[in-house]
Amino acid sequence: MQPTRHSRTSLPWWRGRGLVIGVPFAWLLLFFLAPFLIVAKYSISEMGDVRVEDLVTYANGAVKLAAKVTNYATVFTDSLYFNAYLASLKYALCTTLCCLLIGYPFAYFMARARASVQALLLMLVMLPFWTSFLLRVYAWKGLLDEGGWVARAIVGLHLDKALLAMGLIEAPGQLMHTTFSLLVGMTYTYLPFMILPLYANLSKMDLRLLEAASDLGATPWVAFWRVTVPMSIAGIVAGSMLVFIPCVGEYVTPELLGGPQTLMIGRVIWDENFSNNDPPMASTIAVVLVLLIVVPLALFNRYQARVEEAGK
Amino acid sequence: MSKRAFFSPGFAKNFGRAWLVAGFLFLYLPMLTLVVFSFNHSRLPSHWGGFSLEWYAKLADDREIINGLWLSFKIALLSACGSVVLGTMAAFSLVKYKRFFGRTLFSGMVSAPLVMPEVIQGLSLLLMLVAIQHAIGFPERGLVTIWLGHLMIGLSYATVVVKARLQTLNPQLEEAAMDLGARPWQVFTLVTLPMIAQSLLSAWLLTFSLSLDDVVVSAFLSGPGATTMPLVIFSRARLGLDPSVNAVATVIIVVVAIGVTLASIWVARNERKRAAEVSAAYRDDS
Repeated sequence: MQPTRHSRTSLPWWRGRGLVIGVPFAWLLLFFLAPFLIVAKYSISEMGDVRVEDLVTYANGAVKLAAKVTNYATVFTDSLYFNAYLASLKYALCTTLCCLLIGYPFAYFMARARASVQALLLMLVMLPFWTSFLLRVYAWKGLLDEGGWVARAIVGLHLDKALLAMGLIEAPGQLMHTTFSLLVGMTYTYLPFMILPLYANLSKMDLRLLEAASDLGATPWVAFWRVTVPMSIAGIVAGSMLVFIPCVGEYVTPELLGGPQTLMIGRVIWDENFSNNDPPMASTIAVVLVLLIVVPLALFNRYQARVEEAGK
Repeated sequence: MSKRAFFSPGFAKNFGRAWLVAGFLFLYLPMLTLVVFSFNHSRLPSHWGGFSLEWYAKLADDREIINGLWLSFKIALLSACGSVVLGTMAAFSLVKYKRFFGRTLFSGMVSAPLVMPEVIQGLSLLLMLVAIQHAIGFPERGLVTIWLGHLMIGLSYATVVVKARLQTLNPQLEEAAMDLGARPWQVFTLVTLPMIAQSLLSAWLLTFSLSLDDVVVSAFLSGPGATTMPLVIFSRARLGLDPSVNAVATVIIVVVAIGVTLASIWVARNERKRAAEVSAAYRDDS
């Protein structure tokens, strides 16, 4: 590449190329990687090792001084943590499936809409990105609370009986602070993250392939499952990861819409840090959480790299 | 219904339309309800007590909200500017330099914050900043620390937006400038920058709104007296429904809608102008 060579020979290392790469690189090392290493160190320290006397200053409550032999043993033996991890994975998976179920047909029909409408539709999907995430969650509080119009519609149509039978709510008519309200809230906030990569993928598909399938005798239904879906796997993976990974550690939605039985791991980390004033325990839980999401994260990164390759 | 009927052109078309309409209703009705009920005289979401602006009037006297809004605005402004500068550099590195030491680590670190749970990011930065503060007595937790946290997330988003634009650029234009004797810095400011200006604006707006909206990282990094607006809204929403939140929400939604509309009109206009210039340039050529 011409420009690179030019700048490399004519400028000292700390200008040009060195500066352009160096500044964001240093920034990321300092504010992304270094904090992680500190968390990893905290996670294996006992309360005393990390200068508890100093931690007291910012934790304006009582500090728990009980030394732990190892936080990791606690995480794996205490059923509270184990159940919270399990619940987080379960709800993240359910949310991902809901988003895929709603989002795939949505993206599909969007990609097959008239070209003149597509830009508008895309804009309409992107717009919620610009409105506050917090307010979008809060909006559902008003809708599902007793007397909210969605709650009244669901109860009026006796759909709450079905939700009760599915185990999503505990009592008829009580929709707020249940598994149901949590899943609705998370699906709602993460749906655009599923639609956008799927749309990007489906809109690029060569429609002549479907004609070819049809010429070879495939019905549209068969062609959909054997041509369209396999070709959109990359989009499905990207969308699912964009929904699943943040959902596992979600804090705001479970706090506002979830109930006592929907304790998720983000809330546990929060509580260990803020209520129990136990950063080492919070760090341990965080490290285990990172290990849990590292596989989906790697999948996501690989997909990103492949898109980059294809874009060249 | 047979599978063939399902995919008959007429049915599929109507089914598709219905699905899109239902999807958009799902995306937009909750926000719309929020806006409508901000004008409700009654406190209860179940009861329409008539049109009223009283919650907006109360907003004007709500010191907590106004202070939070001002702080959030300052942080969002700073973090959007910082994110765009750092994000542009990161995007430039990733697009222009195919090989450098630690490139895989670099690109991994750039994209990880996009999906990393915010609770982890907040906790890790908090622990580090507390350690630094103990060592050198700086920074006090408040505006600066929240800004650092938002900058870290904003950097990733800005990089994605700018990178997407840089990848579509025709490198020949930069090479031509180089051949005509432009210094690398001149090439960047005179050729590259004008071509990516729109993506910089999009990145700026996106990181601004992300910062304005953030709860979790801000909660970890805020100190006494530094309560951003989302933190005020969150603590009120936790306690239950609050009409003042609806009023604030409406104000934010309206401001954002106007901002995004203006920006997209500007972008669309520039896009057309640029396309015209490009085609004119090619015409002169032949």
